[in-house]
Amino acid sequence: METRTLEIGVGAFVAAGLAALFMLAMQVSNLSGFSIDERSSYTLTARFDNVGGLKVRAPVSMAGVQIGRVVAIDVNQDTYEAEVRLAILNKYNRLPEDSSASIFTAGLLGEQYIGLEAGGSERYLQDGDRIRLTQSALVLEQIIGQFLFGKAAEGISQPAEKE
Amino acid sequence: MTQWLQYLGRTALGFLERLGRAHILLLRMLLGLPSLLPRFRLVIVQMRSVGVLSLVIIVVSGVFVGMVLGLQGYNTLVDFGSEQSLGVVVALTLVRELGPVVAALLFAGRAGSALTAEIGLMKATEQLSGMEMMAVDPLRRVLAPRLLAGFFSMPLLAAIFTAVGVLGGYFVGVGLLGVDSGAFWSQMQAKVDWYEDVLNGVIKSLVFGFVASWIAVFEGYDADPTSEGVSRATTRTVVHTSLAVLGLDFVLTALMFGDL
Repeated sequence: METRTLEIGVGAFVAAGLAALFMLAMQVSNLSGFSIDERSSYTLTARFDNVGGLKVRAPVSMAGVQIGRVVAIDVNQDTYEAEVRLAILNKYNRLPEDSSASIFTAGLLGEQYIGLEAGGSERYLQDGDRIRLTQSALVLEQIIGQFLFGKAAEGISQPAEKE
Repeated sequence: MTQWLQYLGRTALGFLERLGRAHILLLRMLLGLPSLLPRFRLVIVQMRSVGVLSLVIIVVSGVFVGMVLGLQGYNTLVDFGSEQSLGVVVALTLVRELGPVVAALLFAGRAGSALTAEIGLMKATEQLSGMEMMAVDPLRRVLAPRLLAGFFSMPLLAAIFTAVGVLGGYFVGVGLLGVDSGAFWSQMQAKVDWYEDVLNGVIKSLVFGFVASWIAVFEGYDADPTSEGVSRATTRTVVHTSLAVLGLDFVLTALMFGDL
C-alpha cells in the first residue's frame, strides 16, 4: 500500500510538471500561434535597396493580417540589393503578380515587418517568384539628411534669385 | 609573513583538493548510472522526497512571485499607458530568469540541505561503511539515485513555478487591476518564443538541477562524520548552491540571450 501511494505521488508530480510545460507551450509562448514550416508554405523573394532593421522571422502581412514570415535576408552580389525570402502560407495562393512589398514599422518604435499590397493582375505569384515592386525601409538618418540637404539648397538658391 | 603565506597556500590547496574530490565522485556516480537502470525504483523513491515534497513551497512562492511581478510591472507600465504589456513582462521574466533561478534557490534550501544532512548522517552513523562491508557500493545505491532524482525533478519544479507564477500575475493584473484579459494573453503569446525563451529556461533548470544535486550529494558524502561536520556541510550546500546557481545563471544568460 505504501509503495502505491508513493508511486501515485511521484506520478502526479511528473504529470503536474508536464502539464505546466504544456501550459507554457500553448498558453504562454507562441507555439500555438502563427506557425509556418516547409510543407505549409511557399516561397517568394523580393529585392529591396535597404531593409533597415528587418529581421528574419519578421511577419509578412496583407491588409494587416499576418500571412507569412521572413525566412532569409541576403545581399545579392550582382545588384547589391538586399534579397529577402518570404514564406507565405499555402492557403494564401492568389496573390496577384503585380503585388508590391513595402517595409513598414509597427508603431513609432516597433519592429519592422513587410506589408504586401495586392495588384490588379489576373495571374498569381507562384512558388519561387519574385515580387518586382518594392519599397525600402525608411531610414531615419537618410530622411533627416535629405531634409537638411533640401534646407541647405534653399538657402543657396534664394540669394541667387534676388540678384 | 611566512605563516600568512602558508595559510593562503593551505586554503588554496584545500579548495583544489575538494574540487578534485567532487569531480572524482561525480565521475564514479556517472559510471554507476548504467547499473541503476534495472533498479529505477530507487530513483522514484528519491523523486518523492526531492520533488513531490518540494511542491508546496514551489507553488506558494511561485504564486506570490508572480503576483508581485504583476503588481510592480503594472505600476511601472501604467505610467507609459502600456499596461497591456503586463503579460509579456510577467511571462518573460518568469520563463527566462526567475522561474529557473528562484526554483533552484528554493530547491537548494528545501531539498539540497535535506540530501546533505541525510547522507552526512548516514556517514556519521557508519551506514555507508556498513554497506561497503556488505559489498554494496553506496555510490550506486545511495548517491546516484539522489543525483538523478534532483536532475529530473528540477525542470519539472521550475516549469510548475513558472506556470503558477504566470497565473499569479494574471490574477493580480487582470483580476484585481483590470488589465484586459485578451491583451494579457495575446501580447504574451506574440512575444514569448517557445524555442528561444521557454526551452532555454528548461535548459537552465536542467543545469541548475544537476549542479544543485551534485553539490548536495558531494557535501553530504564529504562531510566530517560528526554532528558539527554535518551541520557545516548542510550550510555549505545551501551557500555554495546559491552562489553556483546565481553565477551560472549569468553565464547561461550571456550565452543564450546576450551578445557578449
